[in-house]
Amino acid sequence: MLTKFFFMLRQGGMNPSITELLTLLEAMKRGVAGHSVDDFYYLSRSCLVKDESKFDRFDRIFAEHFQGIEDALNPLTGQLPDDWLQKQAELYLSAEERAQIEAMGGFDALMDALRERLEEQTERHEGGNKWIGTAGTSPFGAYGYNPEGVRIGQQGSRHRRATKVWDRREYRNLDDSVELGTRNIKIALRKLRKFAREGAADQLDLEDTIDKTARNAGLLDIRMVPERHNAIKVLLCLDIGGSMDDHVRVCEELFSATRTEFKHLEYFYFHNCIYESLWKDNRRRHAERIPTAEITHKYGPDYKLIFVGDATMSPYEIVYAGGSVEHWNEEPGAVWIKRLLNVYPKSIWLNPEPEKRWDYTPSVKLIRELMDDRMFPLTLGGLDDGIKALH
Amino acid sequence: MLIHDMTQMKFTGTKSYVATDDLMMAVNAAITLERPILIKGEPGTGKTQLAVEVAQALGRPLHEWHIKSTTKAQQGLYDYDAVARLRDSQLGDDRVHDIGNYIVKGKIWEAFASDETPVLLIDEIDKADIEFPNDLLQELDRMEFFVYETKELVKARHRPLVVITSNNEKELPDAFLRRCFFHYIKFPDKATMEKIVDVHYPNLKKSLLKEALEAFYKVRDVPGLKKKPSTSELLDWIKLLVAEDVPAEALRAEDSRKAIPPLHGALLKNEQDVHLFEQLVFLDRRTNSR
Repeated sequence: MLTKFFFMLRQGGMNPSITELLTLLEAMKRGVAGHSVDDFYYLSRSCLVKDESKFDRFDRIFAEHFQGIEDALNPLTGQLPDDWLQKQAELYLSAEERAQIEAMGGFDALMDALRERLEEQTERHEGGNKWIGTAGTSPFGAYGYNPEGVRIGQQGSRHRRATKVWDRREYRNLDDSVELGTRNIKIALRKLRKFAREGAADQLDLEDTIDKTARNAGLLDIRMVPERHNAIKVLLCLDIGGSMDDHVRVCEELFSATRTEFKHLEYFYFHNCIYESLWKDNRRRHAERIPTAEITHKYGPDYKLIFVGDATMSPYEIVYAGGSVEHWNEEPGAVWIKRLLNVYPKSIWLNPEPEKRWDYTPSVKLIRELMDDRMFPLTLGGLDDGIKALH
Repeated sequence: MLIHDMTQMKFTGTKSYVATDDLMMAVNAAITLERPILIKGEPGTGKTQLAVEVAQALGRPLHEWHIKSTTKAQQGLYDYDAVARLRDSQLGDDRVHDIGNYIVKGKIWEAFASDETPVLLIDEIDKADIEFPNDLLQELDRMEFFVYETKELVKARHRPLVVITSNNEKELPDAFLRRCFFHYIKFPDKATMEKIVDVHYPNLKKSLLKEALEAFYKVRDVPGLKKKPSTSELLDWIKLLVAEDVPAEALRAEDSRKAIPPLHGALLKNEQDVHLFEQLVFLDRRTNSR
């Protein structure tokens, strides 16, 4: 019985270890918990969960296991039947046909229409131009084409313009083991380094020792200094998924380079734009989100903030509440970016997209304005300039 | 036999410490299984106090090890004062031949050498270097360590109850967490808070307590405070209220001219917070007077 609970916890994104399970079993054997469910709850929580931010998740899984509440973790998947979303047909539109399709009067109208249609529609739908389904030209659904469409149940962006993704996509976790080709970037990042002496005095300062001993009439006077280490602290926010898929390799290189360069490096992922929460593990991005406010509270203003992203998105995603393609955001992305910039005055945005193309994308312009023009291309030269801006 | 002895001991809070059910469960599990317990929580919710109270309740000696940013794991075990030995050798002191003379015991060693099962408090472990907890894994697991200078194995005579507190300034390593029981002291609700105040000020007038708590939670609810007042600050504040003999009526916020609670300096420790609070009260007063 507990084994099942244990694996449910692991599936739910907590990672209790076998030793912890054994500890719990031993504690139960020794009668620590008595016989009430409350006692067992407290005991198992104390044994298996070591982070108060995971208490809530533990509570839900506990409830699911012991009361059989279905699908406690996935409220969304329950709402959209799977077979609607299966890829059944492909629809190829010519350039003229695409030009014929008009956007449906603004973002709010789009969301209202989706809500209405979700209520109206009760069957699976394919093709056509109104109902939500696959391969049609309605603004809702997947594998079709409508420039202001809301994407439902599609495995990747086909035209990279959709304004809502309901899919729970498994993004590839950024791998930081790529070493080849990172040398160039590493050299540039060295400029970021600032050596400082910090911490306990635990190294012999030979020169000072000789000097002080001499002054002390030959009686030994040992002098110590703290170890030298890199005092620079960096918060790295990486865009992942969507239009960034092409740039993932470049980002991976940057990532594996920065890992080895700083003592304090915290990295977070976002999708297209920053909102109220970020995540650390891309495979668990839907389950384990960290509130952005918590990040600004935890990491002080002495951290330097580096965004990496192509800033290519629908402008809705930056300036409108509810503009995110993944979820309903109460406040627009611009507000969150400004908030972060207030806390971290030293910040830059690195853009893997070539600089000459920036002017053609309105969202890049918006982000550049937000960043006070501190956007730099992800090249050696760009990194050089960016690092100068950070100092 | 000692294990048996320990399992009989149950911690149920003390006269001066209110323990919630989940806290008692975590502490008792740690006592029974002789594993360390890690306590986290907002500052001022009594994390450090817990170790003191547990030691007192169980009648065990307490060894406190307060961690600073410069503390090294080795210092908890022992220090080899090589410099003193070098000096002695230059001065021709006889002590120099016994290296044991220069081994200074750390807090963990002291606890290991204790005659009865002690309580060992490792306070604010997150203040130290990131590697600090990892350096103590083996010592806390096996409750033994090796002194290389004297080739001596120091083994705990009785496995101490290790209480570790953390303020969440740094993340602790997984390997370390796995070996501990964990408890997060959440901020007490009103009912628990009444009990806590009652334990500290048993003769407090009911009316004053009610008004004080109301005002206190109101201050805590002010959005955007840099540092929310905690339990220990509430207790200090009530002490002041009693000392100044402030009547319960003065705490009532209905009188808008006196909406800032008296002696609020005990609750708000940050100039900006006081300023923010005064502004909010001012705004509130304006909207009310319209």
